[in-house]
Amino acid sequence: MTYISKPRLHHPTLTANKVGYTRRDYEGRISTLCAGCGHDSISAAIIQACWELDIEPHRVAKLSGIGCSSKTPDYFLGASHGFNTVHGRMPSALTGANLANRDLLYLGVSGDGDSASIGLGQFANAMRRGVRMAYIVENNGVYGLTKGQFSATADRGSKSKKGVINSDSPIDLVGIALQLGATYVARSFSGDKEQLVPLIKGAMEHGGAAFIDIISPCVTFNNHAGSTKSYDYVREHNEAVNRIDFIASRNEITTMYAPGELVDVQQHDGSMLRLRKLRADYDATDRYSAMSYMQAHQARGEIVTGLLYVDPLATDLHTSLNTSAHALNAMGVAQLCPGSSALEKVNASLR
Amino acid sequence: MKPIAAVNDFVIKFANVNGSGSASANELFAKAILRMGVPVSPRNIFPSNIQGMPTWYEARVCESGYAGRRGGVDMMVAMNPQTWDADVAEIEPGGYLFYDSTRPLPASKFRSDVNVIAVPLTAITNAGYTDPRQRQLFKNIIYVGALSVLLDVDADVFEALFAEQYKGKERLLEPNIRALHLGRDYVKNNLTAPLGIRVKRSDQVGEQIFVDGNSAIGLGMVYGGATVAAWYPITPSTSVPEAFQKYCETFRVDPVSGQNNFAIVQAEDELASIGMVVGAGWNGARAFTATSGPGISLMTEFIGLAYFAEIPITIVNVQRGGPSTGMPTRTQQADLIACAYASHGDTKHVLLFPQDPHECFEHAAAALDLADRLQAPIFVMTDLDIGMNQRLCQPFTWDDSRDLDRGKVMTAEELEAGADFGRYKDVDGDGIPWRTLPGTHPSKGSFFTRGTTRDPYARYSERGPDYTYNMERLLRKFKTAADLVPQPVLRNAPKKTSYGVIYFGSTTPAMHEALDVLEADGVHIDALRLCAFPFPDSVKQFIAAHEKVFVVEQNRDAQMRSMLVNELDLNPAQLIRVLHYDGTPITARFITRAIREIVQPAVLPLTPPLPVNQPIKVAA
Repeated sequence: MTYISKPRLHHPTLTANKVGYTRRDYEGRISTLCAGCGHDSISAAIIQACWELDIEPHRVAKLSGIGCSSKTPDYFLGASHGFNTVHGRMPSALTGANLANRDLLYLGVSGDGDSASIGLGQFANAMRRGVRMAYIVENNGVYGLTKGQFSATADRGSKSKKGVINSDSPIDLVGIALQLGATYVARSFSGDKEQLVPLIKGAMEHGGAAFIDIISPCVTFNNHAGSTKSYDYVREHNEAVNRIDFIASRNEITTMYAPGELVDVQQHDGSMLRLRKLRADYDATDRYSAMSYMQAHQARGEIVTGLLYVDPLATDLHTSLNTSAHALNAMGVAQLCPGSSALEKVNASLR
Repeated sequence: MKPIAAVNDFVIKFANVNGSGSASANELFAKAILRMGVPVSPRNIFPSNIQGMPTWYEARVCESGYAGRRGGVDMMVAMNPQTWDADVAEIEPGGYLFYDSTRPLPASKFRSDVNVIAVPLTAITNAGYTDPRQRQLFKNIIYVGALSVLLDVDADVFEALFAEQYKGKERLLEPNIRALHLGRDYVKNNLTAPLGIRVKRSDQVGEQIFVDGNSAIGLGMVYGGATVAAWYPITPSTSVPEAFQKYCETFRVDPVSGQNNFAIVQAEDELASIGMVVGAGWNGARAFTATSGPGISLMTEFIGLAYFAEIPITIVNVQRGGPSTGMPTRTQQADLIACAYASHGDTKHVLLFPQDPHECFEHAAAALDLADRLQAPIFVMTDLDIGMNQRLCQPFTWDDSRDLDRGKVMTAEELEAGADFGRYKDVDGDGIPWRTLPGTHPSKGSFFTRGTTRDPYARYSERGPDYTYNMERLLRKFKTAADLVPQPVLRNAPKKTSYGVIYFGSTTPAMHEALDVLEADGVHIDALRLCAFPFPDSVKQFIAAHEKVFVVEQNRDAQMRSMLVNELDLNPAQLIRVLHYDGTPITARFITRAIREIVQPAVLPLTPPLPVNQPIKVAA
């Protein structure tokens, strides 16, 4: 988190990762969000995840929509290009960016207003298409920048700071992502960094559309009694189904666990997701049971967190489109323009 | 009644039912005339419907090469009982009515001043074929065969066309040739042929090609280096991405890997299609979308972002009749202002106005270069008349020494060498800043792209001086654009004149014909064809050199005239509106009449001249 301006001078003991960067190299500008905002914790988790993954910061493209959450890409990965697009339309801009250059890693940051209200259609369609990205929704159930209106993820019966009771059913982005074919679906809590960092790492390395719904309390407008997105409420109702460790490759596994509690899931690139089961009955590789588990437990008021579903061998939109292994944006006239003799043949066919 | 007699100069209109397979038969007819060396310009007139509704194919055969719609019908091929009365009424006195005479019609259904050509098409077809689907398809070929004898078109022309069309599918060749001759033989054995209107071999087609504008744009996008296309289906633009797909499959599949050097996504709506194009443009790919008026309305927020954040994108607008859903299958030039000033706040965008499919190809490739050079949205403003009709035009050409103009993109080497990178800084005085692409350099050149105000180094700023610096720079960039876009084309009258006319896009063939007609009549007018917006200085100079300038366009509100007045600070009284907007393509007859009413009011004693500067109403 870069909430307080820190000197840019690096402490000599600050450790560098395998690509030679320290954690400070993954920071961005000073956050302009409220003190205690959950979003800043998520930015810190993104910084931690990218540093631990040995990702060169400039190989990440970070895109967002509009809102408090969508401002945050300015506050991490300062050496990455960022694009703050228009409200609710980050998924389409990210899709296009991804098609232009498949060599970068794509991080989409959005909020509940941005993805569940104005941008629900784009969210849904990006999941359907399997755009390779880590799509993070910083979900606080309110519109912060316009001072506390309910968003579409606010639970029915929850109370706004002004005392209004929400009468609309909430949109469950996790349920939609599961139904529409996202291949990595997780829910977490901004206040649980231990759970969040490995989830982000797994998402960044996933081969298809990865979605993480992160409950991120709004300290200014939605952290009161009667809110279902407050720190207290989420801590009381958080029911984690598993904990994951992200392991870059198989030979690095050092920690020992009791047999039976662990499920190793190898992703397409060889990286490993080691799931420590907290619920014996939960299978994170079964989409349909994940959907029914979520529905049943949410109906009881639980906030189910953890890695909810993963298809470790997922492919993406580029696979569906059979696009070149080389970045389209780097192709020159030789690859793209058929030339005059081919054109003469086209002309001949039109006579 | 004197039958119309005209060689290589007539209009034939086919009245069909859509979904009946008539379209390919009608195209075959048009191509056969072209193979006779005689120019023909056909137009599809179709409803927003899939099957069962009336559809027409109006072909103007014209040795002089005029490709505009003429107006009037010399021969009606009446294949649709639903529209019989209106179709028969449309024929010029002395014209011809061709119909299926299998079932007798009462005399009251005919006109005494029209020559009736009765061919029992259904009877001939049913005698020749038993399969219902074959009967439906070959009936169309049989009428083409009958017409070929009536209009004196050689059978070998058709046989050659069939041979090309069914190359590799020879089993389809014989039944088509047989159908053609069933029609030809009936006419030869039972009727007097050829008619007073007929085709005579000529040499007026030459090297020209016959293609629709949407296909030409799809091909132009391939040549111009577009790699990402995102779109949402909407008439009349849908065939643009479809053509791009088709040409990409021919030219852009890597022969070794079998992988595609392109990506096409049919998006969930126009908001997503423009969003994908903006994302791809931001990331350095050449990207375009194609749409029509309602799609433009949906895209405007993203267009504003692309303007302000300076993202290269190309938008093809195949205009149709508006407003709202309007006339989805009719033509207009009515999105000029919606595109030129699309989005909220102060915005201005570059528009290109191709006149025919040849220029559709050129402008598509040029738009991709301009988008990169200007880092801005570029609109290719075509319309249904050019987009969805095949038109005889100059062949496509390409200079193999031409490279993609990627504009001002700073490289890792330049950044490493210490170049000062200010994303929104005008370092060259042309208003165009430098940009970097994501992933270029590990520590230099990154920036945060946003639709909010920023300083020249892309840092968020709400300071007034930062804001005005940026807005003034964008204006400077727009001025630079005026010199980079395709320049206006001047056609001076042979004699000095105080009248000028300005026109653009699909109006061009009708305008050129009108100028010839007026000139033959002693009415001299200098003409300037606009090829793009913003207007270069030459447009202002042209207007200043004339007392009155007609502005001919296909919309109700004289949108181009408004843009001229607005951008060039002109006296509105100097610009006379000539407006055609009933959804049909403008004709030379319409333009000629409208101009004559101003220039030669005395020759029209029965109708008082319209006051200067009042809209001229569309002919009924």
